[in-house]
Formats: sequence, structure tokens, C-alpha cells
Amino acid sequence: MGDPILTTVDWARAQFALTAMYHWIFVPLTLGLSFLIAFFESIYVKTGNEEWKKLTKFWTTLFGINFAIGVATGIILEFQFGTNWSNYSWMVGDIFGAPLAIEGIFAFFLEATFFAVMFFGWHRVSKGFHLFSTWMVAIGSNLSAVWILVANGWMQFPTGMAFNPDKARFEMQNFWDVALSPVAVHKFTHTTSSAFLLASLFVVGISALFLLQERHQKMAKRSMVVAAVFGFIASVFVGFTGDEAAFNVAQRQPMKLAAMEGLYVGQEKAPIVAMGIINSKKKPGDDLPAFYQEVKIPGLLSLLANRDPNSFVPGINDLVFGNPERNVVGAEQRMVTGKIALAELARYKYAKDKGDAEEAAAALALFDQHKGDLGYGYLNNPIEAAPPVATTFYSFHIMVVLGTLFPVIFLAVLYFAFKGTLEYQRWLNLLCFFSIFLGYVAQQAGWIVAEVGRQPWAIYGLLPVGVASTNIAASNVQITFFMFLTLFTALLLAEIRIMMKQIKIGPEA
Amino acid sequence: MIGNLDHSVLQQLWWLIASVVGSLFLFLTFVQGGQTLIFTTASSEEEKSLIINAMGRKWELTFTTLVLFGGALFAAFPLFYATSFGGAYWVWMLILFTFIIQAVSYEYRKKPDNVLGARTYEIFMCINGSVGILLIGAAVGTFFTGSRFSLNLYNSVTWATPYHGLEAALNPFNLAFGLFLVFLARILGAMYIVNHVEHENLVKRARKASWINLLWALPFLLFILISLVTMEGFAVDPATGLVFMEKGKYLNNLLGMPVVLVLLLGGLGSVIYGVAATGFLGKNSGIWFGGIGTVLVGLAIFSLAGYHNTAFYPSLTDLQSSLTIYNASSSKYTLTVMSYVALAVPVVLAYIAYVWKLMDAKKLTVAEITGEDVKEMY
Repeated sequence: MGDPILTTVDWARAQFALTAMYHWIFVPLTLGLSFLIAFFESIYVKTGNEEWKKLTKFWTTLFGINFAIGVATGIILEFQFGTNWSNYSWMVGDIFGAPLAIEGIFAFFLEATFFAVMFFGWHRVSKGFHLFSTWMVAIGSNLSAVWILVANGWMQFPTGMAFNPDKARFEMQNFWDVALSPVAVHKFTHTTSSAFLLASLFVVGISALFLLQERHQKMAKRSMVVAAVFGFIASVFVGFTGDEAAFNVAQRQPMKLAAMEGLYVGQEKAPIVAMGIINSKKKPGDDLPAFYQEVKIPGLLSLLANRDPNSFVPGINDLVFGNPERNVVGAEQRMVTGKIALAELARYKYAKDKGDAEEAAAALALFDQHKGDLGYGYLNNPIEAAPPVATTFYSFHIMVVLGTLFPVIFLAVLYFAFKGTLEYQRWLNLLCFFSIFLGYVAQQAGWIVAEVGRQPWAIYGLLPVGVASTNIAASNVQITFFMFLTLFTALLLAEIRIMMKQIKIGPEA
Repeated sequence: MIGNLDHSVLQQLWWLIASVVGSLFLFLTFVQGGQTLIFTTASSEEEKSLIINAMGRKWELTFTTLVLFGGALFAAFPLFYATSFGGAYWVWMLILFTFIIQAVSYEYRKKPDNVLGARTYEIFMCINGSVGILLIGAAVGTFFTGSRFSLNLYNSVTWATPYHGLEAALNPFNLAFGLFLVFLARILGAMYIVNHVEHENLVKRARKASWINLLWALPFLLFILISLVTMEGFAVDPATGLVFMEKGKYLNNLLGMPVVLVLLLGGLGSVIYGVAATGFLGKNSGIWFGGIGTVLVGLAIFSLAGYHNTAFYPSLTDLQSSLTIYNASSSKYTLTVMSYVALAVPVVLAYIAYVWKLMDAKKLTVAEITGEDVKEMY
């Protein structure tokens, strides 16, 4: 791989990361707020109390402002697989395209069709059908998350497929293995429950602002109670699914787990680093300490990774250079096998093109023996197999710390709400409002762990990002990166201004 | 059962499914057409708001259909997805930009403190309805005129020009195709306004707009039709898979597939009748004739490009790199799985039709967009 290709890959990664991070500002709010609005409207329909309708419509307005830009950034992500990752699209499109198409058929149309009723149907359909439509929007939004996370889960843990040397691509062998892979299931449950949590923080935070401003207090307290209950349940679920997701990472992406914990040398009774400052000069294989300072909890990483506090957890050095004593095959060794696989694939393709059946058969036999490490054959240095450790480590720890704080906030809100003194807890209301921002930080951090921790792979262990990208001059992608940056930032600023104005106007205007 | 179908049958079936979705998208571009009419047909803020709110109830459906069209092509014809999107980079990027700015424009235009001002969002809508549709038309035109790319042994695409697809818009056939789609969208938009809005002056002008835009569309349509029946086309030898140039290929396809000829003529006739009914007979149902006609024409166009031993995404640089529905498709297993999934499509269409009927039962009036729910209106 020459420098120009690397540059193109860098820009392509930057562009995809930019789009994904912007997309993930809007989508978690959509996923959770749609359910909260469905709860509010259900109470309205059940009680017939017009104040609940007013409340529903207020949150629906904020939902709509957020929804549009979420849709806009979503379409870009789908098409960027083709524009920026065309080799990826060809090599895994046989598997990866299906969840995206299913998402379109089952989820997007549900959302799109009933969205119009939710917003414009108050006087055009019955009360019951309107409520049904609101629920359909919530279900549609979350069904969409199912399929996109199935696709993402497959990128983290490729399964249910085989490589077809004639086509030079991976092909699906078992749809259910792809759709129901444990990584996909935990990715969905963890991600959507965290989205519910964020939306609850949003509703609690905005309502807390009303209490601080002594405006719309009745509506604010009602919103806070419903959202705090939803948020607390979601928080517990986030913790549970987070533990399961981390267990899956340990079993299937050990390098990512090692980066999440800054663990370079594998060990038994491996500790979790509760807090730490990463040594920025540290590289795999050297003798420098991994941390400048750290606080460890002994045995906890082994317990989390293998459900056994005494078990061995491999470190980055083991996974890069191998550890024969522990039966860990390192990237260094897998690169040798992978390069044989690549060479035999090339020999097979060439022989087939020339019509030399005997040579092709011989090459194919050798390829089959080595194809398990095909992806490693593209690496130039085994150290490339390790993701950026500091980014992965800090993002993971920020996510976990914040994820621990949020349920406490929800519990405090519920405690004071039932005591009837919520509006007098200025400190809590300030914390609630500030927690909206913290919720977004936790969301972004979570995605950084998942995606940066997966590097250098587009498809874990099979396809490095450098091979997955489009053959295009870097300047093209560089220009579109800045176009997206400018446009998304302008639209985000517009959204924030519009939201702030609508919040200032409040539900009674 | 679907699993027993031959791979080639599934490939043909999925070209048909993708064609149906693509053709439905063409019908739903009445939203984009309507967006451009706010500058030519509306004479007041009130009329502008009526058009935008009429289109605003359907914009998401168009958007979603475009996404599904992309998703279906990705799943069923991944080599096309990789080759076209990765190669014709700039065309697709510009199309995407026009759809980003459209998506937010409805929601933001009337909201206070929207930073850019209502006029900017209206211009965004117009750009989407004109430039966006023009480029989509140009991209579809390359199904017949070809693109400058080559594929290596690993099917990795290399584009032969630094313009990455923008050169397609300079080809007269592609340009005519794009402009035809722009005017077709405007015709459909005008007919939808007549069908959906209650406002005497606006409806009167929309009736006029429908036939005026048909007049604008006709020269481009004639140019496309004459070119199609006279141009050389990209044929495939079914025995060897080799691609070669064939004189009068698309005329041969029309004659070899009479159903497609019927679809094309019937579709065009239906659109023209829809316009006549709207513009001259005072009927409100023209959109349905226009819509069905557009779908039929779309099916005919996609069939001409993909069936009857034709390369649907031809390469001008290396003829043998051209894509056919057979060499660009997913595996038999994936197409089978996707075919089972596609069984849900009638259910989806049914609930869309039901909700459409329910929401359009009453016409949109000025009273509604200025009434109790004014905050939710676009």
C-alpha cells in the first residue's frame, strides 16, 4: 500500500467517522423520545386530559426538529459504503447489503408512513389511530436500529459466510447466523437501551430547566417522572447489556478488550484499571510502562472477560507477537499465513484467467489451507493489528463512569418527585440539565470504543480498512469531508437554535 | 419454493424488484417537482405554504423509497453499488447533498430562529427538485450511454476520468434524460397539488403548470426516444458472457420484449392523459394516471437496460468490465433470503395506501395550516 492510498483511507475514515458521529447525535434521541412520546400520548388517550396532549405535542415538536436531520445523515451513511468503501461493498455486499435492504422494507416505511400521521393527523384521523401511529413511529425507529446494528455486529464478528475465490468476495451461508449472532443481539440491546437513557436525560434535563425557570412546572414534573422511570429502567438494562457486550468483546475481539483496558502483557487475575493516565509513548513490544498513573481493581478484568477471576486475559503484546505458552497466535504469525493465502489467491485468479486448470486447482488447495488468516496478509507490520490504545481506553472509561452516574440521577429525581419537592432542588435540576450534555458525551464515547477499537479492520480479522476503501484520489474525499463538515455543522447549529427557541416558547404557545 | 428457483431467475426477479422500487421513486418525485413549483406557480406566501405542506406530508416517503432503492441495489447487485457509487463519486455525492438539504428544509423553514432564513430553505428545496433530479436522470442515462470505468480481476473499480461521473451530465442523452425527469417531476407535482389542495387560484395555476411542463418535457422525451431506438447498445452473448456493441440494440429489445413496448407506450399515454385530464378536463384525479404512467415508463426503461441480454451498466473503457444482472448480482443464497423478505412488500404497500387514503381524505386548506396545529405545520 502506497502513501496516496493511505491518505485516501484516512480521509475516508475521517468522513465516515464525521457522518456517523453527527448521525449519532440525532438518532439516540429519536429512538428514545419516540417511545416517551408514545407513553405521554397513551396517558392522554387513557385519561382524556388535554394537558397530557399539550405535553405530547411539545415533545413531538422537539422530536420532529431532531428527526429530520437524523434521517438526512442516515442516508449519507448508507451511500458512503458505496462511495468511499467500494471494495468493501463488493467484497461483503452479499452479506452486508441484506440487513440494509431489510431495514428499508420493514423499518423505514413504517417510520415514514406514520410520521406524517403523528405530525399532521391530529384532526385527520381518530384519537386511537393517531396513538397507533405514534407507536408505529417508535417501533419503526427501533426496528431500523435492529438491522443497522445487525450489520454493524457482523462487521465486529463476521459469521455465517464463506469466501468465494472465483468472485473474490465473501458470501452469505446462513442468514440466521448473521441476524442472530450474539454480538449483533448485544449490540442492539446495549445501543438501544443507551438511546432510551439519553432521551430520558433529555426530557428530564429540559423539564429541569423549566423548574429552574419556574415555568410550566406541572408539565415539567409530569414529564420528569415518566422519563426518570423509563431512564432508570434503561440504565439498569444498559449496565446488564454492557457487561454482556464486554464479555462478547473479550471472547471475539480480544485485541479491542486489551486496548479498552490498556493491557499490554496478558496475565491471570487480570485487573481492571478503574482510573489511569495512558503513557502516550508506549508501543507494543517495548518495555515502557503502559500508564503514568493508574488505579487497579485486581481480578476484575478476568472475571468480566471469562467469568472467572483467576483466568488469563491476553494483552496487546500477546496478540501482536503471539504467546505460545498460552496458545495465543499473534498477528505476526497470522501475517505469514495470510500472505500465503493472498499469493495463492492471486496465483489461482491468474491461472483461471489463463485457463490453466491444474495450476488453478493447486493454488486453490493451498489457498484453502491458509484462508483463515487472509485479512492479516494485507498488513505490513504486526503492530498495525493494534488499535489506537489511548482513544479506546479513555472513551471506554468515560462511557462507564457516566453510565454509572445516570441511574443515580434518575433515582434522585424520582425520590424528590415522590416527596413533592422536586422544584426546590436547584442543585439536582442544574445537574439534570447539565446531564443532557453528559449523555451525548457517553453516547459518542460508546461509538468510539466500538469503532476505533475495531481498527485496523473494516471487517474484524478479515478486511483491513486500507483494502476496503475506494480507489480514488485523496483530494476528492478531502473536499467532500470539508463539505460535510461545513454542512452538518451549519445544520447542527440551526437545530440547536431552533430547539432552544421552541423550548423557550414552551408547550403553551 | 423460492429456494428451488434457478439463480438466473432470481437475478431477473431482483432486477424487476429494484426496477419497481426505482419506478415508484420516480412517481414519488412529485415531491421534488412540487418543491420547484413554489417559485413558479405560487403567487403568495400562503400559496407557497400550501404547496410545501402538501409535499411535506409525503417527502419522507420519497426519501425512504430512494434509500430502499439504494439498499435493494446494494443487497441484490453489490458490484453495481460498488462500481457506480465508488466510481461516479461526484455525481452521487452531489445527489446526496441535495437530499440532505431537502430533509431539514421542511422542518426548519418556518421555525423561528432557524439561522439561515426561510428563503434559504426554499432554495434548498428547489435545488433538490432540480439539480438532484437532473443528476439522478443523468446517472440513469448512463445505463444506456455507458461510463468510463474498468474492473480488475478482484472487481475493484478504477474510473478513467478525474471528474468521477460528472462527465455523464455533459452527454446530450443523459442531460436530456435528466431534464425530462425534472419536468416530469414538475408535472406530477402540479397534478398532486390539484388533487390535494383546496385553493381556487393555486389549483388553477397548478392545472396550467401541468400542461406547460409537459410541453417543456416533450422535446427531451422525443430526443430520448429517437436516440434509444437508433443508438448502438451494449449486448451480451449469453453463451460466453462477452459484451459487444449491437446496432439498434434497444430497438431490438423493444421488439423482442413486446410487453416492454406496451409498458412504455401505455405509460406515456397514461401520463399524457393525466395531464389532459388535469389541465383541460377539470379533473382532480390526473395524478393517479400520471403516477401509474410514470411507474410503467420507469419499468420499461429499467427493463430495456437490464433484460434481453443487455449490459445495464456498460463500460466505455473496457467493454468486458460492463455489468450485467448476472455478473453483478449477489449469490443465489442471498437473493433467495432477500426474496423471502420481499414477500412483506405487499403488506408495506397496503398500509402505505391505507394511510395515504386516510390522510388525503380531506383536502389541505389555508385554515388547516394557519389553525390550531400551526406549530406543527411546515
